[in-house]
Amino acid sequence: MPDATGLELLAAELGDAALETVYFREQATLVVDPPQIRSVLQALRAKGYSFLASVHGVDYYPEEPRLGVLYELLDMSKLDRLTIKLRVPIDAPRVESVTTDWPTADHQEREVYDMFGVVFEGHRDLRRILMPEDYEGHPQRRDFPVGGEPVLFTRDEAKWLERRE
Amino acid sequence: MKREPIAPGVLRVHDLNARQLLRGGILEGANQPAELKGADVESAELERYVGERVLTTTLEKTVAWARSNSFFPLAFGLACCAMEQFQAAGPRMDIARFGFEAFRASPRQADLIILAGRVSIKMAPIIRRLYDQMLEPKWAISMGACCSSMGVFNNYALVPSDKFMPIDVHVPGCPPRPEGLMHGILKLRKMVQDDPDMGWRERYGAVGTEEAPSGA
Repeated sequence: MPDATGLELLAAELGDAALETVYFREQATLVVDPPQIRSVLQALRAKGYSFLASVHGVDYYPEEPRLGVLYELLDMSKLDRLTIKLRVPIDAPRVESVTTDWPTADHQEREVYDMFGVVFEGHRDLRRILMPEDYEGHPQRRDFPVGGEPVLFTRDEAKWLERRE
Repeated sequence: MKREPIAPGVLRVHDLNARQLLRGGILEGANQPAELKGADVESAELERYVGERVLTTTLEKTVAWARSNSFFPLAFGLACCAMEQFQAAGPRMDIARFGFEAFRASPRQADLIILAGRVSIKMAPIIRRLYDQMLEPKWAISMGACCSSMGVFNNYALVPSDKFMPIDVHVPGCPPRPEGLMHGILKLRKMVQDDPDMGWRERYGAVGTEEAPSGA
């Protein structure tokens, strides 16, 4: 982990691309400007963070901007981890894809698209990956209904019959 | 040919009489059998003799007995329940004792599908296809809470198995222990012995989907 000072130095180097730094429980997080995500990741890769361990999405409902995308970077020579975070509004959830730099992001960006509806521009094959092709909606968003089937158990059969009457 | 059903008590009497004859004893209320006297066997005598030595049953019963004692389950696991399914075939439970150990890799050779795990809505059409590929007669066991009532995964991603295919036995549990699955299979065996097709075509509105219609 870069320590708190290291994180500030890193943010200073990135200039206006870095919006905020969070150092919490030895975990360094850098909040960046969404349009500059690719150049930020390229700069960090040049500094040694050459492994993209994970890309995932978050829904911060009811905070705005709602959707978040997190990139977990790893410097394998120094065993150093860094989280890059960006926030996009739900009515224009567009982020530039990083698949040209990190091919491993391919399926993970598809998953974020499938579950949260974040559109990755420049992704060569942005389809749903977990849900069926014709599924409507993005199920991991906080305002998406949990869904499921009402199940008739014998223990609450009486309750069901009451409701029907 | 239409066969009249034989009352079980009659079969029992035939069986006992045949045993008595073999011992060389004398039948109650009947004369000593002809062959013991060394005389020619009269036609009526012969008929009685054969009737008392040959155990008769209905063809349906024999076929159901044979089928129910050698299910060929499909080698098919969906999730964690599959681990318990493997154990049922393992040495401790050993479903080979009952003749169910021949897990088939192809649905064409299987007549029992055990849905061991949760079924996502993306997987459901694939399972339905496997089920359709199985030859008749075929049976299905829904193993575990997930594919019966969706269990702890009752959310947007899953579908209960009753929604897309006919299920004969539901085995509850999360996951059911191997002995639970075995109990389910033995229940199915009993069902098959008592009533081979269990009227599933009528129950699921599938009349006319027979692979070899009886009229053809």
